[in-house]
Amino acid sequence: MADNTEILSGLAEIVEEVAGIDTAEVSAEKSFVDDLDIDSLSMVEIAVQAEDKFGVKIPDDQLAELKTVGDAVDYIAKNQ
Amino acid sequence: MSSEVEVVITGLGATTPLGGDVASTWEGMLSGRSGVRRVNDQFDWMDRYDLPVKIGAPVATEPTEVLPRVKSRRLDRVEQLALVAAQEAWADAGAPEVEPERLGVVVGTGIGGVTTLLAQDDLLETEGLRKISPLTVPMLMPNGPAAWVSLEFGARGGVHAPVSACATGAEALAWALMLMRNGELDVVIAGGAEACITQLTVAGFVQSRTLSQRNDDPERASRPFDTGRDGFVLGEGAGIMVLERAEFAAARGAALHGKLAGAGLTADSYHITGPEPEGIGQSRAIAKAVRDAGLEPADIGHVNCHATSTVAGDVGETRAVRKALGDHPILTAPKGSFGHLVGAAGAVESIITVLSLKEGIIPATVNLENLDPGVELDVVAGEPRKVDLQAAVCDSFGFGGHNAAITLTKA
Repeated sequence: MADNTEILSGLAEIVEEVAGIDTAEVSAEKSFVDDLDIDSLSMVEIAVQAEDKFGVKIPDDQLAELKTVGDAVDYIAKNQ
Repeated sequence: MSSEVEVVITGLGATTPLGGDVASTWEGMLSGRSGVRRVNDQFDWMDRYDLPVKIGAPVATEPTEVLPRVKSRRLDRVEQLALVAAQEAWADAGAPEVEPERLGVVVGTGIGGVTTLLAQDDLLETEGLRKISPLTVPMLMPNGPAAWVSLEFGARGGVHAPVSACATGAEALAWALMLMRNGELDVVIAGGAEACITQLTVAGFVQSRTLSQRNDDPERASRPFDTGRDGFVLGEGAGIMVLERAEFAAARGAALHGKLAGAGLTADSYHITGPEPEGIGQSRAIAKAVRDAGLEPADIGHVNCHATSTVAGDVGETRAVRKALGDHPILTAPKGSFGHLVGAAGAVESIITVLSLKEGIIPATVNLENLDPGVELDVVAGEPRKVDLQAAVCDSFGFGGHNAAITLTKA
């Protein structure tokens, strides 16, 4: 079980890999769409990689609710 | 002249088996280098499927070395190559400031994103739906290269992707010319790209008996017009031109490489892969391209030939040239240098033609040692030939019976 800090850093690595955004930019308060300029196609890739990395399921209706990096970290923490 | 709009060429870009840009490709043409090599180490499927072809002409510079990593992973290889060539052409043109609504794109491919198609199909089979990339469709769609070029440069004047197999690159230039003639576009980025050295396409070409199997001598395998030719060598690459309305280019003081003066498109409606043996459709395309430029056959000093190094195609093409233009044009066939770039061929070869006009030199047909006696025309062999040229034709023909010819003139 990863703690929130580990989840954040793991998620930041995925975002860097998929969208080329520096891991330092990927902080909890950032919105995926508005701040990090990540499109819906990249969000699908990020979700699939996060599922594999943290052993969670992120259904599409949940994915749509994950507006910020912090939302995603919290969701993963609760569901892993 | 069918229109008062003149179209000039202000930017050239290419990535080919000879080099990652126009300069290295042109240098390779003039020095007689070959871009063909043994590739069965790089493409292990050649041995795995026991294919009789072990040679090919991959690009000299991997597009992933040029493009940012994240851009590369969102683009199929054919889209990467198109973008690399388009970036060079755009920079070469001096990045013209143009209204987005007056900037168009016409970039085609013969096959499309076949690397993605095969890889994703394989993933679906082995890993299931979850592993399929959400970018699969935009990576495999044949309008993908054109679409990415339009995104890169903000083109909103229309984005088009002609698909006519090996005639695609020349056909894209033809469509660009026709689009520009109504005066609604100031700048068009046009050309072709191809990246289809894959197991399925090579196997398919093998089965259609069109590829050279001169595996023990790769650099001499592509030999247009030579009596020893035994098929084409599959290559990959991209060629892109920046075309401008002459008045628009003049107003911004742009340097010109040449003019895109005319185009001719015809179809054989004869056989799905084989060229019509009398070359009637090909000759009509060439004649139309010359007429469309407001020129006479006697004005055309040079033809940059499609000649792929297949037994049937090469000689038939020279008959078509003779029928359309007469005996005087001097010929060359660039596929001796870099193989067959399929949907990129006509675009890259048009760029070579533009440089021949501009520099007054026609590169030699590499590997032409014994001219097929059926070729009753003057073909440059051995060394490049210095010739003062005013106008030239570049022609391309594709599976499906597509014939495309472009008339290019000196600036």
